[in-house]
Amino acid sequence: MNKRIFLDPIFKNNPVSVLALGICSALAVTVKLEPAMVMALSVTLVTGFSELILSLLRNTVPNRIRIIVQLVVVATLVILVDQILKAYAWQVSKQLSVFVGLIITNCIIMGRIEAFALSNKPFPAFVDGIANGLGYGIILVAVSFFRELLGSGTLMGYPVVPQKWYAVNGGFYENNGLFILPPMALIVVGLIVWVFNAQNDKKVWNK
Amino acid sequence: MEQIINIFVRGIFVENMIFAYFLGMCSYLAVSKTVKTASGLGLAVIFVLLITLPVNYLLNRYVLSPGALAWIKPFWAEVDLSFLSFILFIAVIAAMVQLVEMIVEKYAPALYNNLGIFLPLIAVNCAILGASLFMQEREFENILQVFSYALGSGIGWFLAIVSIAAIREKLSYSNIPAPMRGLGIAFIITGLMGIAFMSFMGIQL
Repeated sequence: MNKRIFLDPIFKNNPVSVLALGICSALAVTVKLEPAMVMALSVTLVTGFSELILSLLRNTVPNRIRIIVQLVVVATLVILVDQILKAYAWQVSKQLSVFVGLIITNCIIMGRIEAFALSNKPFPAFVDGIANGLGYGIILVAVSFFRELLGSGTLMGYPVVPQKWYAVNGGFYENNGLFILPPMALIVVGLIVWVFNAQNDKKVWNK
Repeated sequence: MEQIINIFVRGIFVENMIFAYFLGMCSYLAVSKTVKTASGLGLAVIFVLLITLPVNYLLNRYVLSPGALAWIKPFWAEVDLSFLSFILFIAVIAAMVQLVEMIVEKYAPALYNNLGIFLPLIAVNCAILGASLFMQEREFENILQVFSYALGSGIGWFLAIVSIAAIREKLSYSNIPAPMRGLGIAFIITGLMGIAFMSFMGIQL
């Protein structure tokens, strides 16, 4: 049971590629691999712990004010993440700038809290949160892998394409500058969605 | 004045919420199946941006930013509350949306029928919180600039969602590979539109 809760969101019901949740805040951080990984980790932690906390609170919070309570819990966790990043990873935190704050309005978190945490026990809720965060992280890392490799010829900041291949050094290769620009993130995600859907043979979004 | 127009035009074309920062993508993809609903949501976003951004600007200027509390007592000039900005901004947005919903329902039922269902959706729209956070980062000089930024980025978002909705209406007649239908093609079209919008880059008034 727990295994299914964990594996489904990563492959079969991936929040980004199948359900179209949570694309908002994060595509802008996929130019390089490193900030994308930090972003994925932050979202995973925030989703996991907010689902855990709200699942513990699910019988005490009145239904009418639950959205406010959810927002407060999520916002507090995001502030924690932001302060930790500022303290221990200043460079990355500068690169992520406003997008750490935008984790609050990431639809995956609110969506999973509403759909799962409010009707399940704390432990499965925590697992569900972590798994959805990872499912989102996989897409983020995949997109940034292609964008960094093709756009700047590096991975995690280390050069991958041999220097003498470049046209300046008499070779034949040229970095594709388009991959660094925002629109390419959307096109890469579109192609990834295509692969995922072809694999799952799912037609959730027929129209 | 020049500066204000400049901020406005840049908000619409150069720093478009959708094409340059991917803000508000969730509702952009979910509510863009017909032009009518898309323009309803777009209008609601402009409306809420125009209300929340100035409020958050005042909040940031007189309460949150480092040294902002000096107007109460010079003694408090060293207080830095900026770590609270996420939670206060989202609280202001949620409260304002609720308030606007109630006022519109009471005094303009016709408008409420058009915008009503979208207003609660907007409280968690990344574009609104994103605009507030960008406003904090850019340090606008006065409230008029904030208004023009709010109007510009709102209209930019409106343009984006209405045009994708129009394209998606036409798309239902075309033969797209089955796994690509819906979400996949919407992403790719948004990417292509983004490339088109990039031709506005470097506009300076």
